[in-house]
Amino acid sequence: MIAAFRQSLRRPLTTATSLRCNSTLVIAEPTSNDTLAPATLSAITAASSLPGPISLLTFSPVSSVPSSVSNVLQVNTDGNSKLAETVSNAVVAANEQGGYSHVVCAATKFGSNYLGRVGAMLGVSPVSDVVEVLSENTFIRPLYAGNALAKITSSDSLKLISVRPTAFDKATSDTDPTSTPLDTQPNNLTSWLNESVSKSERPDLSSASVVISGGRGMKNGENFALLEKLADKLGGAVGASRAAVDAGFVPNDLQVGQTGKVVAPDLYIAVGISGAIQHLSGMKDSKTIVAINKDGEAPIFQVADLGLVADLFEAVPELTEKV
Amino acid sequence: MKILVPIKRVIDYAIKIRVDPTKGPHAVQTANVKMSMNPFCEIAVEEAIRLKEAHKNKGDEIVAVSIGPKQCSETIRTALAMGADRGIHIETKGDVRGDYVDLQPWGIAKLLKGVVEKEENVDLVLCGKQSIDSDCGQTGPLLAGFLNAPQATFAAKVTKEDDGSFIVDRETDAGTETIKLLPSDAPAVITCDLRLNTPRYPTMPNIMKAKKKPVQTISLEDMVSELGLDLDEVLKPKNQVVEVYEPPPRKEGEFVESVDELLSKLKEKGVVG
Repeated sequence: MIAAFRQSLRRPLTTATSLRCNSTLVIAEPTSNDTLAPATLSAITAASSLPGPISLLTFSPVSSVPSSVSNVLQVNTDGNSKLAETVSNAVVAANEQGGYSHVVCAATKFGSNYLGRVGAMLGVSPVSDVVEVLSENTFIRPLYAGNALAKITSSDSLKLISVRPTAFDKATSDTDPTSTPLDTQPNNLTSWLNESVSKSERPDLSSASVVISGGRGMKNGENFALLEKLADKLGGAVGASRAAVDAGFVPNDLQVGQTGKVVAPDLYIAVGISGAIQHLSGMKDSKTIVAINKDGEAPIFQVADLGLVADLFEAVPELTEKV
Repeated sequence: MKILVPIKRVIDYAIKIRVDPTKGPHAVQTANVKMSMNPFCEIAVEEAIRLKEAHKNKGDEIVAVSIGPKQCSETIRTALAMGADRGIHIETKGDVRGDYVDLQPWGIAKLLKGVVEKEENVDLVLCGKQSIDSDCGQTGPLLAGFLNAPQATFAAKVTKEDDGSFIVDRETDAGTETIKLLPSDAPAVITCDLRLNTPRYPTMPNIMKAKKKPVQTISLEDMVSELGLDLDEVLKPKNQVVEVYEPPPRKEGEFVESVDELLSKLKEKGVVG
């Protein structure tokens, strides 16, 4: 790491006044294996448009990184490494060592959990859900469920940002990492008890190139099997609107929308979804949007590239058969 | 048990916003637009009431705090009508915007930290996971950081234990996880997600009762001064909004008459093989 000027940070809650060399710390998402998560690869791409070398902070070993990553800091921690307090302590420890000009994470639930806490500890105001990096201090982020965009310039000495994964291509992991361990303060505020995780053979919803989503029109959870068949034929993931999740048709991690995941696949097929503002904000950056709904007036048709007014229980099986 | 619930007045979730490109950062029109309590703040108020109802202790108190213009008093009254006990209105001048252009999570969290410390003995801060105008989702975590408080975001279930700890089921990218917020000097800070509860409609008798519940109104300038903060820290954010504009519209789509036509158009676009 380049570290020509370094001044030890005063304790948290004061804005650092050290003259920083440009360098970026990217905070990796948790994964179940030793490869980087798609959202991390997008965060690394965003970091690549910032000046200076990139360091990657991980909580588990990683076998391969993009060539733009100069080094990997692997955190040693007691207890669970997903807790916001634990992650924040690690980021602060990494920054005390590295004196970064930029700290970048993905705007996932994981990243959004600790971003503000890190900001408070480092004395800087985070910019969340960045969709475009214009310069080292100028960013674009959405407002009002993506119906407006805001251009922000940050005057903080350290720019702390989370980036929307769908807005940045995934960097390719092709390089052996140079890893060093990082010790961090223990978390004595929270403890982790257990988790309930959906496992699927299908591609991850957040990064799939094809998404088939069902809404209230699916009528029940069993009918989602129709969408699963189509998703399998197209190599895609299955998503859902809030209405379908609220009605108990599918688990909550399938939800696409302002609450839920933001997706931008090459192909998004909305089946039996009316198209509320909050749902649109989660999928309107998809390259091609297809809507199948028996109500020709449904708002979803206003964003669809191709709209089919039909009974989904006939159209979807027919499409699955012919595709 | 004392629960502080920050609540925000925002453009109503069902409204399609209008963006006037000639107005610079003030492009999003708010004049004469329907405003409501942020839906996730409603969920926070509801959760506070449920925790109080489950706790059954006469001394429990729910304090609703809102930072915003004169009309925020209506938002506070709604919280009181749902069941909050007392309100604090930190009043901003009419032209100060709450949708990231002027007020941002950093300044709000600083104010809330001051309120927590001034109030003393706050056990829990319950806030919405994000506001639907600025969509930042950072006020809760910033506040937790300022207070060095145990935190849980995206809460889908909250239980208070007898030892003062909170067990929270929270939504994650892959499903849910359960964490424990240990008793600490600082209040627990929990942000509320969609599935935590369904907020109650205030009943007529409770709306009437709410008119008599105390609300302290104090100007932002006075509160900042009282808390020993710097007004610029709240009103001149380090993240300066220089422009607000509409995203480019999607190209207009077309209707197809059949699955066959849909498929041929998708093949034309090269989206399917």
